[in-house]
Amino acid sequence: MPDRDNIIEVRGLRNAFGDQVIHDGLDLDVKRGEILGVVGGSGTGKSVLMRSIIGLQNPEEGEIRVFGESMRDKEEDEATEVRRRWGVLFQGGALFSTLTVAENVQVPLKEFYPDFSKATLDEIARYKIHLSGLPPEAAFKFPSELSGGMKKRAGLARALAMDPDLLFLDEPTAGLDPIGAARFDALTLNLKQTLGLTVFLITHDLDSLYAICDRVAVLADRQVIAVGKIDELLAIDHPWINEYFSGPRGRAAKSGHDRGITKMSVDKPSPDGP
Amino acid sequence: MIEPADFTQDTAEEGGLILRLNGAWTIAGVADADKRLRALGDAVRHIDLSAVEHIDTVGAWIVYRTARDMGADIVGVNANARSLIEAVGGVDSNDSIAPPVISPIIKLIGELGDAVLTAFGTMVQFIAFMGQCVKAIIDLILHPRRFRIHAVVQHFEHVGVRALAIVGLMSFLIGIVIAQQGAVQLRQFGAEVFTVNLVGRLTLRELGVLMTAIMVAGRSGSAFAAQIGTMKITEEVDAMRTIGVVPTEALVIPRIMATVVMMPLLAMYSSIIAMIGGGLLCWIALDIPPATFVQRIREVVPFTDLLVGLVKAPVFGAIIAMAGCFQGMRVEGNSEEVGLKTTAAVVQAIFLVIVLDAFFAVFFTGIGWN
Repeated sequence: MPDRDNIIEVRGLRNAFGDQVIHDGLDLDVKRGEILGVVGGSGTGKSVLMRSIIGLQNPEEGEIRVFGESMRDKEEDEATEVRRRWGVLFQGGALFSTLTVAENVQVPLKEFYPDFSKATLDEIARYKIHLSGLPPEAAFKFPSELSGGMKKRAGLARALAMDPDLLFLDEPTAGLDPIGAARFDALTLNLKQTLGLTVFLITHDLDSLYAICDRVAVLADRQVIAVGKIDELLAIDHPWINEYFSGPRGRAAKSGHDRGITKMSVDKPSPDGP
Repeated sequence: MIEPADFTQDTAEEGGLILRLNGAWTIAGVADADKRLRALGDAVRHIDLSAVEHIDTVGAWIVYRTARDMGADIVGVNANARSLIEAVGGVDSNDSIAPPVISPIIKLIGELGDAVLTAFGTMVQFIAFMGQCVKAIIDLILHPRRFRIHAVVQHFEHVGVRALAIVGLMSFLIGIVIAQQGAVQLRQFGAEVFTVNLVGRLTLRELGVLMTAIMVAGRSGSAFAAQIGTMKITEEVDAMRTIGVVPTEALVIPRIMATVVMMPLLAMYSSIIAMIGGGLLCWIALDIPPATFVQRIREVVPFTDLLVGLVKAPVFGAIIAMAGCFQGMRVEGNSEEVGLKTTAAVVQAIFLVIVLDAFFAVFFTGIGWN
């Protein structure tokens, strides 16, 4: 019987492209209500791991369970019950370029709940866009008219459209300026607290790890070599972990966090979440 | 089993209605309740959430909106529901999320004006683009070392060699069709033997080069627009400029050169294959043996017919390549543009080829090459 507190369970995952083995015997659990940060060097298969979990990449071996349901060998029209409980934000936003932001948000709603009236759909799109921190006039803009940061927020609004329990974020702060990145971190944390989300966060951003992640999983040597709070990871003796957290950037992020002037201070969410 | 969203109405002690909500007010089950709530009058004073089993942001929004529109207050909320209602209620505005509506007549006039301006603008840009190409060619003559011979040879393959199979098949079939249709019509006058004239002159003078031009526009003109357009979107063209490579020299000129050189060869090849197809039909249907067919062709087709085809082909090639590269360079913004501009490249190329072909027909008749 799978552990009911684990939203995602990955066991013995193996992914390979030809001779190049990306993952071999990878295990990972994501617990209900946490923000799990996934870090790793370039090419360690962070995105491939996410694609395996959401069913875009069929692994060679291993078991993947999301909400207790196996996601292996599921066709695109199967497992819709699981699909409507997650939201995915791709790196570039992956907005449908021929639709406005509001229409992008309404795509999953119309797909799964055709009963909603037009007025309600518009209201839902409006407050989702607000929740993801976009100005109201962004609603009728096309993706090509948005900046990189706004595209990510619009992508987040679409990912939130179905009121997901589980949110996948693929490098949400990459390419954002530090203030924008800090706001996005704050937004993620705020949404997690308000909506009770579980978040699977792929990131390179050390500040994000310190600021919002409950636990961090480190990908290296084709496996998750460590999972835990950052303090616990710092105690582990592994060359990549040492270099990552104790390198100049890692130290800067830690000292910023220790002094309490990390990005979270830009607009700190209210602590009285549910 | 969780019940779907529902509500009952009670009369409150101080007058007015009290709505008691129950069930799961989540996205999955709330659509029907939403419609019924919208249909209610505005006599509601209180909305009681204490019997709600589960609520998400969609449910919270509907509760919030109903309370706002009816001037009711919300009671019996737990912490979770309260934070959701506060989160979605923060966006209390009636700003439309659709662009402002414009009257259809003004819109029509606006679109017409836009279309005219775009047409003129495109024409001016195309002339400017041709000027750029000429300038690039002059620059390349002055600095021959910047000429990219490898790129030209590579495009020879894509434009010419790889088109051989499809152009050959198409020409063969066209030759058969001309001969067959010609034979049927000419038989009425007992003049089947003139089918040979028809096949020989028509393919060399017009159809060989025209059909090849259409095929090259569809194959290579579109490919040029898509390749260059994609490079524009991924900022490769901008990267070239910053490095000091002139995009016109590196991307446009090799493609134009390759097409200009390949078009006469393809057109010649196409004409020959079409004549083979026509000759085959003459042999089978009209009992004209191949030797006689070739003999007749040599007698009835003047040398100027071949020249007409060979003069037109490089001009058509230049037009097709320029239209493709021009539209590719015009791509801005998103990936949808690439598709639009690729279509525009093919349409523009074929249109210009046919217009020019009409001019050539008048011109060659004028100088007596008929």
